[in-house]
Formats: sequence, C-alpha cells, structure tokens
Amino acid sequence: MRSGNWSRPALTEDWQNGGFGLYVHWPFCESKCPYCDFNSHVQKHIDQKAWASAYANEIKRVGALTKGRVLRSVYFGGGTPSLMEIPTLETILDEVRDTWTLSNDVEITLEANPGSVEIDRFRGYRDAGVNRVSLGVQALNDGDLARLGRLHSVDEARRAIQISQNVFDRSSFDLIYARQNQSLNQWKTELEQALALNAGHLSLYQLTIEQGTAFGDRYNAGKLRGLPPDDLAADMYDLTQEMCEAHGLPAYEVSNHAYPGNESRHNIVYWKYGDYAGIGPGAHGRLTLDGQKYATVAKSNPRMWLESHLGGKAETVEPLSPQDMATELIMMGLRLNEPLDIQRFERVALQSFPTETGQYLHDIGMVEFKDQSIIVTPKGRPVLNAVIAELISALA
Amino acid sequence: MTDLAHIRNFSIVAHIDHGKSTLADRLIQSTNTVAERDMKEQLLDAMDIERERGITIKANTVRIDYTAKNGEAYVLNLIDTPGHVDFAYEVSRSMRAVEGSLLVVDSTQGVEAQTLANVYQAIDADHEIVPVLNKIDLPAADCDRVAEQIEDVIGIDASDAIRVSAKTGIGIEDTLEAIVHRLPAPTGDRDAPLKAMLVDSWYDPYLGVVVLVRIMDGVLKKGDNIKMMQTGAKYGVDRIGVFRPAMTVVDQLAPGEIGFITASIKQVRDTKVGDTITHEKKGADVPLPGFAPSIPVVFCGLFPVDSAEFEDLRDAIEKLALNDASFSYEMETSAALGFGFRCGFLGLLHLEVIRDRIEREYDIELITTAPSVIYHVYKKDGEMIELHNPADMPDPSVVDYLEEPRIKATILVPDEFLGDVLKLCQERRGIQMDLTYAGSRAMVVYDLPLNEVVFDFYDRLKSVTKGYASFDYQMTGYRQDNLVKMSILVNEEPVDALSTMVHRDRAEMRGRAMCEKLKDLIPRHMFKIPIQAAIGGKVIARETLAALRKDVTAKCYGGDATRKKKLLEKQKAGKKKMRQFGKVDIPQEAFISALKMDN
Ligand SMILES: Nc1nc2c(ncn2[C@@H]2O[C@H](COP(=O)(O)OP(=O)(O)OP(=O)(O)O)[C@@H](O)[C@H]2O)c(=O)[nH]1
Ligand SMILES: C[S@@+](CC[C@H](N)C(=O)[O-])C[C@H]1O[C@@H](n2cnc3c(N)ncnc32)[C@H](O)[C@@H]1O
Ligand code: SF4
Ligand SMILES: [Mg+2]
Repeated sequence: MRSGNWSRPALTEDWQNGGFGLYVHWPFCESKCPYCDFNSHVQKHIDQKAWASAYANEIKRVGALTKGRVLRSVYFGGGTPSLMEIPTLETILDEVRDTWTLSNDVEITLEANPGSVEIDRFRGYRDAGVNRVSLGVQALNDGDLARLGRLHSVDEARRAIQISQNVFDRSSFDLIYARQNQSLNQWKTELEQALALNAGHLSLYQLTIEQGTAFGDRYNAGKLRGLPPDDLAADMYDLTQEMCEAHGLPAYEVSNHAYPGNESRHNIVYWKYGDYAGIGPGAHGRLTLDGQKYATVAKSNPRMWLESHLGGKAETVEPLSPQDMATELIMMGLRLNEPLDIQRFERVALQSFPTETGQYLHDIGMVEFKDQSIIVTPKGRPVLNAVIAELISALA
Repeated sequence: MTDLAHIRNFSIVAHIDHGKSTLADRLIQSTNTVAERDMKEQLLDAMDIERERGITIKANTVRIDYTAKNGEAYVLNLIDTPGHVDFAYEVSRSMRAVEGSLLVVDSTQGVEAQTLANVYQAIDADHEIVPVLNKIDLPAADCDRVAEQIEDVIGIDASDAIRVSAKTGIGIEDTLEAIVHRLPAPTGDRDAPLKAMLVDSWYDPYLGVVVLVRIMDGVLKKGDNIKMMQTGAKYGVDRIGVFRPAMTVVDQLAPGEIGFITASIKQVRDTKVGDTITHEKKGADVPLPGFAPSIPVVFCGLFPVDSAEFEDLRDAIEKLALNDASFSYEMETSAALGFGFRCGFLGLLHLEVIRDRIEREYDIELITTAPSVIYHVYKKDGEMIELHNPADMPDPSVVDYLEEPRIKATILVPDEFLGDVLKLCQERRGIQMDLTYAGSRAMVVYDLPLNEVVFDFYDRLKSVTKGYASFDYQMTGYRQDNLVKMSILVNEEPVDALSTMVHRDRAEMRGRAMCEKLKDLIPRHMFKIPIQAAIGGKVIARETLAALRKDVTAKCYGGDATRKKKLLEKQKAGKKKMRQFGKVDIPQEAFISALKMDN
C-alpha cells in the first residue's frame, strides 16, 4: 500500500470508535431499475464458482492486512445479493470465519429482492450464517412498483417480509418515497401500512434523481414530471419522522428507523467512521494501517474485477489527509442521532473545531452542543447538507 | 506622392450590420490591395472581440490604389466605421478626416436609426454622400422602396444610388467609379506650414503608440520634429507610413493623405484626439478646430470574484485603458464586494466588451455592479457634486436637488410594433417629441432619462419589437427631477452594491421588482431572509425568502463517502464565488440580474 505523509499513532486506535466491518458487493441484478446508480449489471450467465473463489481470495488478502481484528459485521450488498447461490455464500462466510475472530453478536446482513426465487433461498442463507435481511420493497402499491421498474408485486413483497421475519433474527425493508405524483396523504397511508408490518427496522429514502440513470436522463430532458416540490418533500419527511416515532421506530439516522437496539450495526460502522474492508466490484473501503487511514476502491467493471483480482491489482488505494478525514467524519457522523465527539474530531482532523460556525449553527437551531460533542437537531436534519456545507467551508 | 486631384478620402457609414466591413473587403479585394490568399471576411475587424461578435468596434483605415476607367490612377483612403451607437464617436472623428461618405443601406432592411444618425453627422461634416444599396443578392432586397425611403426620410437624392452586393461583388466597379467621380478631391497647400489632424491613436505592442493623421497642409517627413499644438508636447518622428491595410512605411505624407506616425510617445493618454500636429519650427499659428472629447456616460463597479485577484484586475484595467482613452476608472471600495474599480464607458456594449476582455484575456472572473449614470447633486450649501456611484450619495438632509442626464432617442420601428414602443418609452419616463412615418415604418423621437436607457432598454426594445426596431441616441443635457437613492437590505443589512438612483414616483415599483428578483436569485438559506427596499430609513417594499426546508442526501453509505465528499468540495468552491453579507450568500449574477425589468 502507498504510504501517506500523515501517519500518526493517534489514528491507530481511532477506527475502534466505529468498529470493523466487511462489505461484500455482488454486482448483478435481474433488471436495472431506472432510478438506480449503484454498480449493478444485468448478466445472463454468472460463473458462481469463479466469483466465490475470487471473493475468498480477496478476504484472504485483506485479512492479512488486518490480522487480529475482531469483525463486527458482514454486509452483502448490491446489486442483488439474493441472486447468490447458497454455496457461493457459504464459501465466502467460511473464509470470513477462517480469517477473523467474529464478535459474539456479529451481524451478517444480506440485501434481498422480494422475488420468489430469492425467497426460496432464505432458509439456506440463514443456515450459512446470515442473521439479518434487508428487503428492497420500495413501494406498497403495484402501479408505483411498476414505475420504479421493480419486478415484484405488493403481494410478493408482503410474503417476502413475512417469511423473512420468520426465518431471520432481524429483518428490515426499504421504501422509496417522494415519488412522482405522490401526495402527502398517499404516503401517509402507505407508511401506515408499512408500519403495520412490524419490521424492527425500516429504511425510508426519498427518491433521489441520480445523474447517469434512466430517471436522470428523463429529468434532464424535462420529462420526469410530478416530482414533489421541496416543500412537499419536506412535509413528507416531517410526517415520516412523526409517524415512525409514534410507532416506536425513531430515526437513528437521516433515513433509517429502528426499535432502540435494533439499528444496523454495519451501517453504523460507516457513520461512526470506523474501518471497513470493501470487496467486490466497485466496493469502497476505509482501512487504518500503521497509523494511516486509506480509502480503497475496487475496479467496478465486474468482468475486469474478476480477471484482475486473480493476478493483478483490483483496487486503488489513497491515503486520506487530515482534511479528507475531517470532511468525512463530519459528513458521516452528523447523519446520526448521536453526538459526535469534538475531541475525536480534533485528533483526527489535526485542526480545531470551527467553533464560530458551530455557534452560529447553534444560534439558528441547527445543532446542539453537549459535553464536548455536537449533534444535529430535528430541525437541522432535513437540511443537513447545508449544515455540513457550512461546517466544511469553515475548515482549513 | 499623389497630386490632390487624384486622391479621394471617404468613410463608409451605415447602421449596424448593413455591410460596411464587407463592402470594404470587396473594395480592397477588387483593387488587389491584399493578396487573394490573405483575404478573409471582414478583414479589417482584426480584434478577437470584433471577429467573435461580428461587429466593428474600432474604425480602420486602408489605402487603396485604383486605376479608373478613364485610365487615371487614384489613391483612395477608406475608413470603415463601427455601426453601434456606443462607438458613434469613432464615426464622428473619422468623418473629420475625409471629404465624403458612402452611406450603406441594407436593401432588405431600409433606413435604420444609425443610418440617420450617421447621415446627419456626414452632413454636418460637409460631406458629399453617395448612397449604396447593399445586399441586393438577397431575395428580400427592395431597392426601389429603400431608395424612396432614403429620399423621404433623409432627404437626399437616391436616384443614382449604387446597387451592390458586398457579398457577391455586384456593383463594386460602379462603387469605385462613383468614389472617383462623385466624391470631391481634398484641398490643401503643400507649401503652407504643417497642419496634420490627429484622428486617432492606439498602442501597438511592437511600435508603441501609433498616431493616425490626416495631412491638411504642409508635408510631414520622417525625422521631423513635431509639436502637438494643444498639449504642447514635442516629439521626433520615428516612422511614417500608410495602411494597405498592413502598416507600410513611406517617406512622407503630403496634403490630402492619411497615414500613421510613431514618435516614441509613451501612452495613448499623452495624445489628444483632434489635436493639430505641426512642425516645432516654422509651425502653424492657428490649430484646426478640435473635436469634443468622447466622455464616458455609463458607470459601473468591477470587482474580482476572488478578492485575491484585485492586483491582477488593476493590471488588466491599466493595460486596457492604455489603448482606450474613452474608458475611465478609479478605485472603489464596497462594504459588500471589497476592493474594485468604478469604471466609465461609452455605453453598455462598450462596458460588455471591456468586461469580456478582462475575463478572457486576463482570466479574471468579475462581479459587475448595476450600471449608473452621472447625476448632478446640488447641495444646500451651493456646491454641486457629480455622483458616479449611488453608494456615494450624500445624506438627503444636505441635498437641495438632483439633476439627471437626458437623451434624445430616435427609434425606427414597423408600424405594428409602434404601440409597444410608445408604451416602453412611457414606462421609462419618456416625453414624446416627434412621431413621423416613412412608408410602414414609424420614426419616434423621445426625450428620455439616460438612466432609464442605460441598462436594459435596448434589450427590451428588441424583445417587444421582435428585433425590428432600431435605436440611436444623443445626450442632450441635464434636468432636475425628483430622484432618490433606493437601498436594498438583505437580512436587515444594506448591500451597498445594490443601491440605485430612482425616480421617486417609480421607487415603489422598482423596489418591489428588485425584491422579487432577489428572492429568486438568492438561494434559500437555513433561516428566512427579509429582503427590503428602502428610501432613507423608510421601507417601501419587502419580500421574504423562506427558509430552506429540504437539502439532505437520502442515502449515504460506505461506498458514497468518496463521491459525496467530492460534491461537498465542489460546493465549498461554489460558496467561495458568492459574496457573504452577514450570513447570507448572494450569487454574483444577482448584482446585475436584480435590476433587469421584465415589464
Ligand atoms: N447576403 C449578403 N450578406 C451581406 C452582404 N453584405 C454584408 N453581408 C452580411 O451582413 C453581415 C454584416 O456585415 P458586416 O460587413 O460585418 O456589417 P457592418 O456594417 O460592418 O457591421 P458593424 O461594423 O457591426 O456595424 C455579415 O454577416 C455579412 O456577411 C451582402 O451584400 N449580401
Ligand atoms: C442499491 S439497492 C440494493 C438492494 C436491492 N438490489 C434492491 O434494489 O432492493 C439499496 C436501496 O437503495 C435505495 N435506493 C437506490 N437508489 C435510490 C434512489 N435513486 N433514491 C432513493 N433510494 C434509492 C433503495 O431503497 C434500495 O432498496
Ligand atoms: S435498485 Fe436494486 S435491483 Fe434495482 S438495479 Fe439497483 S441494485 Fe439492482
Ligand atoms: Mg463592420
């Protein structure tokens, strides 16, 4: 690995504030959703054996760099990881267990689409070690599911939710709202239905129009109509907070809700700026080695990744400067409904916290300070980007 | 050396885009003045900005040798002039150097406002005028109608107007013959003391200051010791030459000739356009009548977007001013924008040209503040001050009254748009002075405050007439009116760069319009922002920019950290380009856009 000039003993320990997790990216889907800019590809034939051994090799390689660490979580994301055959998953998890010590409460999550093929594999996944599933439900009406390019129906989604709740210890599902032509009332009804399904965890994302997607192109051409104006989107966000909280599922992050104690441990590694190894096409990682934190990115093209990792270099590695880390720590940390330790910030960023800007943000009700830490208020959360931008602009 | 009878000096004048420069091309080309391979369209428009905008900004002189059908050899000096009203001064001084004008009229368009303005200048200069109907290659050409219009509107004989296509070359021979036979030869006495008119001067990176002269009497030779009669400055002549159109050295210039000299002159500002050059010894006693200098009429502030570039901006402005005596500048400090310059221009196009050149040639991004005119502020103690910048307006308690500059505007417009034009002029506090018809075109003359015209009048005129109106103006003088300074407060703080002078009766309307505009131009912030217009302490209009309600990334996981960080860094750079007023970021374009009126 290339060494930066910023290596410091103080950093050696810092990642433990967030813990250590492993992200495994599975880059294939059955079809491409028009809103999605994730690294996902539609490919007829997949040589699952070759992929399984590629992942296993990667785990060995990263394992050698992170010897002795306790692994807190594994996350299979995608793409559609529920298209992995069970033996593939077994190979990977076996390798994981051979490589690291797993914490007692290790969380092993798999993202799944609610199609019937996928559902049939749930028990096999559980037996291989998966203990948490995150279902991509996206909408609870068939019209919108079709508009979002999803292949499943509401009935299938409900069945998937039910089975996942029976099979796995923990189960969550995702919804996308603030969709085209969605009214506040329609969302209210849909969210009520979602809450009634009693998932211990919900990810509720407002639809984001990403460049380079089918929606992005339509949007640029002025042809994506009926998107909610900001004020309506803000109302929807507020309503979401209210309803979830009343249901005992407060937001622990901008878009994530859980019964207290049921938060996604893996994602918390990101937001608390811990270390995570990212393997698979396009996967990102953050690893602290010899007092220097690095950002890693794997090749994103699946074929090239598969070929090059077997012999060549599959990822780029960049040392992160104190400024980079300052930005990332704020950007990730302020998303949580949990205080961010200012002393930790100063240790990592090698600069003092921008107190004046902090004070100003406090005066306009965006943040609060408590015991040397900062937390974004419920008023600040819906405009978090502006809050973050203000702080980042004040950094050296 | 050519005897006077075989010299013809003339300017080519016309409304903008009627084809002056293209006609000059053909005259140059058909006389083989320039080799075929060196020919290009609008050859004389050499500046980048001229070529890019397809317009002439500086007048250009070319000497052409022409053997007429009668077998005699003539020397023709042509001056191609700009058509745009901002550069009318170039036309008027060019005319003083020649005896005749080719009046080019686009035969598909007819007489336009600058056609008239130029003709009157030519008549004032005692010119013989030869009308040329151009663009006859186009199907829409209507020579008979346009000839009739010239006679009706201008009152000159157009029966033998030459019909030309400067594009295809039809009628170029006829034009050359007409120049020889219909324009007068210059007069002058080569034995009299030297009198050379200083027509123009500019800075050449290789030669230093180059002076364009027209010899009236006497002979000017290389090595002569000369004296500027108005400034008294003395120089030795280093070089004498003519434009073909490349600079070509000659030994001497005799009466009737037009050419250039260089004489180790340091700055363009050391020369005075309209001055008379004579010999240091045995010089002339009485100078030629000078020209009234061109004066800047429109002022605005230019500030660097990045305040660290102030010194670069100073450097750029000083360099540009070296070559453009009609552009003035002085340092300005604004509470809102920091250090910059208050600059004076001949008009809005001139302003745009200078601003473009600073941005492109010197790579400095600029904030341009609202253009303003010069007000005369009469104080109670009897003192009068010239106000170039509304921010400098003295406290109203010491002010007796204000005067503002007025213009006489001439607008030619097809009948069907007349109503819209009258409405526009009325809205701009105009007083109608004349309304006449020439065929289906109306000619309206309005007395208007310059202030109402300076900013977006021409744009508005073009848009309400779909581009069919033409417009020209002249300054007429100052007149008292009920004028006040209107300030803009953003989040309770006055933003000096947004204050403007307005007529009291219009203040509420303008104030409302500006507040509404600013409300759209300023991005939402995390708090609500009152935007107010005020006269003195009294708020006359108010808008509230609602607080930002939604700006958050829905999904941000491990894989997004890098990408989102880049986005933030871009945002951070973007924020730098805004100006902070208290805690409000105002985008740079707001300073100009806020003033545009859509009505
Ligand atoms: N069809 C046609 N087009 C012409 C003719 N003469 C000029 N043009 C075009 O008219 C446009 C304006 O021509 P210019 O020669 O630049 O006009 P100008 O009067 O010098 O313009 P300014 O210097 O900006 O006032 C150009 O696009 C020319 O190509 C002509 O005889 N026929
Ligand atoms: C990339 S997907 C992977 C999981 C699985 N393939 C699926 O689609 O259900 C993870 C989640 O991101 C969310 N998501 C993806 N693109 C989004 C977008 N443009 N706007 C909002 N949410 C989006 C969806 O809720 C989705 O469930
Ligand atoms: S949203 Fe999920 S299923 Fe759809 S293309 Fe993206 S990763 Fe694949
Ligand atoms: Mg021209």
